[in-house]
Amino acid sequence: MIVTKQKPIEDILKALQNEKGIFVVGCADCATSCSTGGEKEVQAMAETLQKKGHKITGTFVIDVPCDERMDKIFFRKFQKELSQSTAILVLACGAGINAIAKNTDLKVYSGLDSLFVGTTERLGNFNEYCSLCGDCILNETEAICPVTRCPKGFVNGPCGGAINGMCEVHTDKQCLWVSIYEKNNKAPVFSKMIPYRKNRKLNQPQTIRKAK
Amino acid sequence: MTFKEKLAKNQFVYTAELFPPKGTDLSVLQSKAELLKSFIDCVNVTDNQRAVMRISGVAVSKTLIDMGIEPVFQLTARDRNRLALQSDLLGASVLGIKNVLLLAGDFPTLGDHKEAMPVYDVDTIQLITLANTLTKGTDIMGRKLKGAPNFFLGATANPNLDPTELQLIMMEKKIKAGANFFQTQVCFEPERLKPFIEMAKKYQVKILPSISIFRSFNQMESFKNFGIRIPDSYLKLMKDTKDPLQTSIEIIADLIKQLKPVVDGIHIIAINIEENIPKIFDLL
Repeated sequence: MIVTKQKPIEDILKALQNEKGIFVVGCADCATSCSTGGEKEVQAMAETLQKKGHKITGTFVIDVPCDERMDKIFFRKFQKELSQSTAILVLACGAGINAIAKNTDLKVYSGLDSLFVGTTERLGNFNEYCSLCGDCILNETEAICPVTRCPKGFVNGPCGGAINGMCEVHTDKQCLWVSIYEKNNKAPVFSKMIPYRKNRKLNQPQTIRKAK
Repeated sequence: MTFKEKLAKNQFVYTAELFPPKGTDLSVLQSKAELLKSFIDCVNVTDNQRAVMRISGVAVSKTLIDMGIEPVFQLTARDRNRLALQSDLLGASVLGIKNVLLLAGDFPTLGDHKEAMPVYDVDTIQLITLANTLTKGTDIMGRKLKGAPNFFLGATANPNLDPTELQLIMMEKKIKAGANFFQTQVCFEPERLKPFIEMAKKYQVKILPSISIFRSFNQMESFKNFGIRIPDSYLKLMKDTKDPLQTSIEIIADLIKQLKPVVDGIHIIAINIEENIPKIFDLL
């Protein structure tokens, strides 16, 4: 899922300062799992804004805001409330916020920062394990991603910086290459020369269209 | 004779390291280089080491060449993408730089520009491959170069790390990528160097372990923070002595004597006390 965190409330208030009516939107999917944009957080945000003197025109948690079809249903359903709004504050990831903005002329604001694609270890504990690089080498590395989990993103093996097996950058984490080695000291990556990588930024923004 | 020629003739070599300054005043660096000139075969010029911004290593290497000192130009994968790496290597070659040490580079968060983009467009293995490709007359896309550089390529290995095997895997890959000499991380334990020396022998590449002198017990102990193993006996000697610099010079001279029969040279690190390096040679 997409792991998000709330922006500092001062930043949100500053962004919204000239708005006359605000509709607060959440996400029932990832942002709910992160406790950043679920029902509870949307209500809390609405209350905070109200206390600061803002007019709240409505609140709603969209099932999956990054699904543009669902956003269109939302806009139809809340036509009346939105007509009294000047802005929508979205507590969802950047994809969800872009999708909502695409379907309205109202000013759309982001209440969250999107951090990474993560796993949930347990509630509130998330790990970044994939960078969506588009050039997956997990088959060479015992399904442990060095592109993401080695800060330098090295794909041929470790740098020389680890201290007692711990990463020089994130000293509380084991060097990713030690993890791969401990899992299988004959992992394919150790005997192969992994060539230069594709650069995903060259393809941004990516779109996929169904083949006809 | 050049550094490469000396090593080819099995002449024992000494290298040292000088840090480019933050700024354009090279006078201190030049005076230190002048002092080292008659003792040292080559001076390594670091590349924004510890991710602290400093003057370009290409410019400092060229300054040393003009002083009659052969540099080992260090190039990290941290700050440049594959276009800039190739382009800077070609530029370095034109300025007379022959020896290039290719390394990862410390992460920006450890340095003084903590929000700098960590580039790492290529990793160390790919960086060595890249430099080696240029020497063969093409860029990494296979396009022919008009004039190819003639580099003597080096890499690093860290004997302090466990599992040692993982560093040896990297050393072997670096050799296959085109590294001809190795300057190791600082190592005070000859035993830990053994497999690296054997690997170098197996592939007939050259190996120069690094040693370091210290101005104080605290400085020596602080190297532990970089994962360097320091025997307690050395720490005790440094703690008990009245002249820590001299004691560390004695420790290092003793280590060099032990290593000399089995390695190709020694790389000397003396952070901010480089002017004391010649004193080591009084004891050899």
